[in-house]
Amino acid sequence: MYAQMIKTAGTGVKSPEEMTEEERKFQAHVDANEKVEPKDWMPDDYRATLIRQIGQHAHSEIVGQLPEGNWITRAPTLERKAILLAKVQDEAGHGLYLYCAAETLGISRDELTEDLLSGKMKYSSIFNYPTLTWADIGAVGWLVDGAAIMNQVPLQRTSFGPYSRAMIRICKEESFHQRQGYDIMMKMAKGSEAQKRMAQDALNRLWFPSLMMFGPSDKESVHSAQSMAWKIKINTNDELRQKFVDQTVPQVEYLGLTVPDETLSWNEERGHYDFAEPDWGEFFDVLKGNGPCNTDRLSARQEAWAEGKWVRDAMMAHARKKSAAQVAAE
Amino acid sequence: MSTAVTSGDDALFEFLCRMGDSTLVLGHRVSEWCGHAPVLEEDIALANTALDLIGQTQLWLGLAGEVEGKGRDADKLAFLRDGWDFRSALLTEVPNGDFGRTLMRQFLFDAWHSIYLGRLLKSSDKRVADIAEKASKEVSYHLERSADTVVALGDGTEESHARMADALAYLWPYVGELFAGDAVDAAMVEAGVAPDPASLREEYDALVGRILEEATLALPEGRFAHKGGRDGRMHTEHLGHILTQMQWLQRAYPGCTW
Amino acid sequence: MKNEWPLWEVFIRGQHGMSHRHVGSLHAPDAEMAIKNARDVYTRRNEGVSIWVVEAKHIAASSPSDKGPLYEPSASKVYRHPTFFDIPEEVGAM
Repeated sequence: MYAQMIKTAGTGVKSPEEMTEEERKFQAHVDANEKVEPKDWMPDDYRATLIRQIGQHAHSEIVGQLPEGNWITRAPTLERKAILLAKVQDEAGHGLYLYCAAETLGISRDELTEDLLSGKMKYSSIFNYPTLTWADIGAVGWLVDGAAIMNQVPLQRTSFGPYSRAMIRICKEESFHQRQGYDIMMKMAKGSEAQKRMAQDALNRLWFPSLMMFGPSDKESVHSAQSMAWKIKINTNDELRQKFVDQTVPQVEYLGLTVPDETLSWNEERGHYDFAEPDWGEFFDVLKGNGPCNTDRLSARQEAWAEGKWVRDAMMAHARKKSAAQVAAE
Repeated sequence: MSTAVTSGDDALFEFLCRMGDSTLVLGHRVSEWCGHAPVLEEDIALANTALDLIGQTQLWLGLAGEVEGKGRDADKLAFLRDGWDFRSALLTEVPNGDFGRTLMRQFLFDAWHSIYLGRLLKSSDKRVADIAEKASKEVSYHLERSADTVVALGDGTEESHARMADALAYLWPYVGELFAGDAVDAAMVEAGVAPDPASLREEYDALVGRILEEATLALPEGRFAHKGGRDGRMHTEHLGHILTQMQWLQRAYPGCTW
Repeated sequence: MKNEWPLWEVFIRGQHGMSHRHVGSLHAPDAEMAIKNARDVYTRRNEGVSIWVVEAKHIAASSPSDKGPLYEPSASKVYRHPTFFDIPEEVGAM
């Protein structure tokens, strides 16, 4: 889940009596599973929440390029290099689609970027963890993309048209990401002793941060209830986390690796795995900026943006000159 | 070290390594931008260029391994040769610098690459012609894009103009090597596999001159050329660092499947 | 200074003779670069054979509040659809 801990604007779900006529019509439209389009009337809180959510999702894609990009120049074969590069490039594309979806709500990509770089807006906590070995590239694709997909597949049905369309495109493109990650893990887990060690180590370090991606339990949250009523959030965090664990544990077993959770066990009665909660103290620390890579990630983005300014300005200046020359010639 | 060409296949192998090593090293350099470009659209475009170059590397070095006949495939050639066995042009090895220098280097390489591949389409060796056929389409686009960007940045603002002029001054001494023929080239000309590099210079200068003029930049007058990449006699210091990174996993954990 | 590249809407015609279809947006300094960026961003998976771009501000769109007057009148013209007519089976393909 690339959008995490989104603060829903407003005070929670209003009853029909509390709603204005416009709000009632809007809610009925959403309840009928019809899409909300940019020029349609929408509650200010709906717009504000979506900007936060789509913006954070986009930022996560962009910052998410960094931990994996870290290994492009060290990929072990030409094919792996190409696959990884294509995947990280896709993340840039997904960020781009999402920024465009946010832009239809009346905010520019530059404004969103400034908010990311100033620390005003966040990105997913997961990208503040380092990628230390080649197996991390496998584990990120498998676990991180796996967790993201878990959230993004239902979001294809989200009420806001541009967001939904971006999600559909992203899900279609992302289907290879998780598979390439697992493919790396299979090679590592069945490889040499050193490779197996890398694979287990990657799982050990990334298991709990992956569970954190879904955010803390929100089943009691009035804010989440509002987002769900608006259909910009489809499942509770706990539902998605459970689904992720249930799906992933057999995949771990297939690899012959061990989930770093001694309490993990199959609960026959519930028909689900019981598992340990991640350390939410650590999670909030990372959100506050104290993760292992927060500073480096943000400064890498700040540097790219600052160093790129002369390029963006110059290309715009050239386009203006060209267009002026064309007008003069006519 | 300096190439003792004993048979046609040796020369062909050298030629193929020159093609594949240049695309490999340049692809590596361009891929360093992933996640750091000035704007998302450029980030994505640069990754496409790098992907094309890596794909071409697989074809050139794959064929090189086949011609050599010692059981080395493209990966073995890419990851297990030392610097002195590399045949990359020096131009591809130099660091990216700023975005302007990266695009200027790309343009100077693309211009040569497109002309050269155009000749290889008529190669007497069908395998070479086939690779050139695929690569030349990709490279036509690279050239179009890098030329446009060089024009925009040369013409754009005072700052961008100055940066592009600096980039050109830095890179120009690495251009001449692309046109300096040697015994390997002579053998390739003889066999009808590849053109004489020197014969492409005029067309290159015309093309580059036209774009630089549009970019309000002057074609440098100096013809001094650093050499030693295409024949492996003396690479830049940068190549060693590239290989240290690129080859590390394969070297540290030999014989593994990835 | 605010110097953001303008926003462009991208339309792509796929392989199978369909019309150009809106696929998304992007930023570019001018139309030529917008086409190139569209090529790099929106045809990475062999999606297209032709690209149109138009600067977003030049798109005129119908107003959502006109939905009723614009589209509902056509709902009652059921005779425009072939299924409105019952043709006996023995007449054959029609």
